[in-house]
Amino acid sequence: MKLLWFHLMPYTELPADFRDKHPSVWVDIHSSLFDPKRAHLMYNDFMDELEYAAECGFDAVCVNEHHSNGYGLMPSPNLIATALARRTTDTAICVLGNSLALYNPPTRVAEEFAMIDCISGGRLIAGFPVGTPMDTCFAYGQNPSMLRERYLEAHDLVMRAWTERDTFAFNGRFNQQRYVNIWPRPIQTPHPPVWIPGGGSVETWQWCAAKDYVYCYLSYYGYKAGRATMEGFWNEMARLGKDRNPYRAGFLQFVGVAESRAQAMELYAEAAEYFYGRCLHVGGHFSQPPGYTSEATQRAGIESQVARAAGTAPPRYEDKFKLLAREMNDIVERGYVIIGSPDEVAEQLREVAVDLNVGHLMLLMQFGNMGKELTRYNTKLFAERVLPQMRDLFAGWEDRWWPRPMPADARAAVAPLRPQVTAAE
Amino acid sequence: MTAPHTTSVEINGFSCRVWRMGSGPKLGFIAGFGGLPRSIPFLDRLAARRTVIVPSLPGFPGALGHNVLDNHLDWVLAVRQLLVASELDSADLAGSSIGASFAAEVAAIWPNAVRRLALIAPFGLFDEKDPPTDPWAQRGDAVPALMCAEPKNWARLKEPPAGANSPDWPIEQVRANEAAARAFWPLGNTRLEKRLPLITAPTLLLWGEQDRIMPRSYAARIAGAIKGKTKTAVIPAAGHLAELDQPDAVAAALLDWVDET
Repeated sequence: MKLLWFHLMPYTELPADFRDKHPSVWVDIHSSLFDPKRAHLMYNDFMDELEYAAECGFDAVCVNEHHSNGYGLMPSPNLIATALARRTTDTAICVLGNSLALYNPPTRVAEEFAMIDCISGGRLIAGFPVGTPMDTCFAYGQNPSMLRERYLEAHDLVMRAWTERDTFAFNGRFNQQRYVNIWPRPIQTPHPPVWIPGGGSVETWQWCAAKDYVYCYLSYYGYKAGRATMEGFWNEMARLGKDRNPYRAGFLQFVGVAESRAQAMELYAEAAEYFYGRCLHVGGHFSQPPGYTSEATQRAGIESQVARAAGTAPPRYEDKFKLLAREMNDIVERGYVIIGSPDEVAEQLREVAVDLNVGHLMLLMQFGNMGKELTRYNTKLFAERVLPQMRDLFAGWEDRWWPRPMPADARAAVAPLRPQVTAAE
Repeated sequence: MTAPHTTSVEINGFSCRVWRMGSGPKLGFIAGFGGLPRSIPFLDRLAARRTVIVPSLPGFPGALGHNVLDNHLDWVLAVRQLLVASELDSADLAGSSIGASFAAEVAAIWPNAVRRLALIAPFGLFDEKDPPTDPWAQRGDAVPALMCAEPKNWARLKEPPAGANSPDWPIEQVRANEAAARAFWPLGNTRLEKRLPLITAPTLLLWGEQDRIMPRSYAARIAGAIKGKTKTAVIPAAGHLAELDQPDAVAAALLDWVDET
């Protein structure tokens, strides 16, 4: 199986009383909480951490896009991905992703992803999220009633821009371009693998199946809460006659490894409580712009209220923030964060991967206000003592959704950043 | 309350409900934010003196087709077709909130389409120094007190009919909010202000004294820009949807205006 190292890039110095004093971590979070000089250090730490994860042998490093967000400092994940392309050699670069409807024209995404694919020698995984309501409708002012239509049209435009050989005119409902002809073009043909981060809507699953894309469920609520969604996904794949290739799916999981469970509780409690207590403090008024959720999904949601009352359906988006566990014991108990000794973590993660049938496990090993040292410790311990215990899973399946880079010996040798220092070492 | 006589017309291939009640000269009414999932006492008051015709805008309760309207021209043309199909061409026309904005557009672009005009707190303008409240960035439980001076008046309009247990009702209410968003997201600013000088119809402006959505300062801006004669009145103890809070006072002011010769 594939193990991917994911960074959200949270601002690590939100005040302790953030939840009491501020209405939301997202959209209208106050600028006085942001210190650019501290952010300078955070960005550099975070990029060091991503590079370190690549050195440690994770299959991919992952970045994503958020706007006006105190727990996600990457309005442009492409900037980070490009820097990573230069500082890593064989690791896949997973941008999860670019919210297509936010780019005008969407050809911009085709161009930038093609640049990253070229610079990295064909290591890009191209993620296309619709984007959350907070990012798209509120921070970026997109019309919720047109967001999905725009997204789907933008997807078609990007795909044509990547695959058509000749300059073409795009005559869309929302986008019109007389001359579409991107330079550069992606190395991977016909295009980089496409992964779709999404919620639990049936339409998204059907679309992934029709397009043969990877579906990623990026929940912050761990494997216990994610089980119902992934079951729904696989049931839908079965109904559509698709195989159970676990590489059709990706799943996000927070992980903290230490020498023992007790030590892990001690080491990771502060960072986890920071994340669930402060970072996920999202104003409920920003979670449901009308039209963002399709009528079919609304209908399914209303009809599952009975199931929800019985505790067998996932909570609604706006309820998740209210029902959140914020104390470490609860956080671990509910499976938001998997902790333990390397063997315990490996055992739990194998169970998660098999149970959810997920071949791409995206791991958040820096979360909340976790510092660089602890992040490196977590990452290294995982790479040395957990990762080897996971490798054999799903060996019988082919991952058709993984990058196909140029041969290593054909790729550019990346010059050392500081040659004189390297030579001295 | 009298049950309105219900028919439907087709706009862009989608059915739109049209209510008709009362007798006398025709008076059109285009509802505000949230539309009319059920009839309201205000319509009865109007029907006492007029044939009241209430077409439902695409996407609002009783009507579909908002999702083929991609820009303001699409919307304005759909509203114009809806009014004509509802036999309201050249009639007196009133609107509230969202509906008032479209009534103003029609009066501006087709000056012969509206005899006398009445607007209750129209959407369509945005002043950075005195912005409208964002009606979509709200928790559900905050909406009643934003729409009405007396929150129960909104709640009464929106509560599911007794015994109704299907998802259709809540979905229809969300669809109405989506349709409003589709036309007015994100600021409510359709640049209506540019077209106000084209309005030649005599225009009554009504504003709820406790309107918590649309700033009352906009009344003077609108009145100052309209070419035709205007009159402005503030309705005490009324919120944004003044006709829900004070059906008698709003209906009386409106009927007096359209009956004035």
